[in-house]
Amino acid sequence: MSSAWLAIVLAAAGTFAMRAAFLVVAHRLADVPMPVQRVLRQIPPAALAAIVVPDLLRPRQHLDLWQPELAAGVIAALVIWRTRSTALTLVVGMAVLVGLRHV
Amino acid sequence: MSASTVPDDLRAGARAVAPMLVGVVPFGLVAGATPVAHGLGGGVAVGFSVIVFAGASQLAAIDVLGSGGSPFIAAVAAWTINLRLLLYSASLAPHLARERLRTRVWVAYLLTDQAYAVCISRWGPDDNPRRRVPYFLGAALVLWVSWQLSTIAGVLIGATVPEDVPLEFAVPLVFLVLLVPAITGRPAAIAAAIGGIAAVVGAEAGAGKLSLMVGAVSGIVAGTLAELRWPPATSDVAPEPSG
Repeated sequence: MSSAWLAIVLAAAGTFAMRAAFLVVAHRLADVPMPVQRVLRQIPPAALAAIVVPDLLRPRQHLDLWQPELAAGVIAALVIWRTRSTALTLVVGMAVLVGLRHV
Repeated sequence: MSASTVPDDLRAGARAVAPMLVGVVPFGLVAGATPVAHGLGGGVAVGFSVIVFAGASQLAAIDVLGSGGSPFIAAVAAWTINLRLLLYSASLAPHLARERLRTRVWVAYLLTDQAYAVCISRWGPDDNPRRRVPYFLGAALVLWVSWQLSTIAGVLIGATVPEDVPLEFAVPLVFLVLLVPAITGRPAAIAAAIGGIAAVVGAEAGAGKLSLMVGAVSGIVAGTLAELRWPPATSDVAPEPSG
């Protein structure tokens, strides 16, 4: 087996283990104790913010608070907060970014 | 007998992730083109996409291999980036407690940022647990097929994405669309704020792809402490009705 295929098998095995870790024992998780529920509830906002915020605050891999991505992101956040419309948010966010890049 | 809701749920899941394909397809093209550019061949590119099926980690492993690193180091690079999948697995598991093991194993293989994000924003105390897996599969299969097809396209034609259209910006926008409604109160707002700030600090400190995990864990700790300090109204934490 070539080293690339060995890397694929190793990477896939570990990745699957992480994906499956809790799902394979989910049948024992029907009644999650309240303290654990409290922790699990934090995962969506914390993980989603950890994905989004660096993309907006350091779009070119360094911290920069004066750039079009952050401005477009803030406006898009207001649009989704007020309208809950995915399509409108994407259109407005993209349009603001393109517009600001050309001024 | 009422008509099956499965087709409706498959379609609803597919519709929910459709806007994300704007980010997935160019990324898949890169995942297909990069191994070819490194001389690893198209088979390896497709192998990564089908067997590993986790975009950022594929590119990290390919980068290690392309610069002459060992397969073990390449795998460690991939694992590091994919640690966040542990959090998604923990977060989704209680919602799928009544599913068969075989179903949960398929869910695990297909689990991605996008599929997690659309499902966790929909599943809660009020939805029908039986309709969750079809919704997940509708989303996850659209992502899987798009990922494989765009990988193959990347192998065949290379990654040629127009530069003046900032398509890559669709990715943070789509996650933003899911983040904002997830902020349901003060603890969630604190989890998001600390999660985002810690991820930026981690990245600035050179944590690389691990900064996502740094941010997520910091945000989870902060949100948990905030909930202990400001407990939510009991109606918000009503347990899922059993049965």
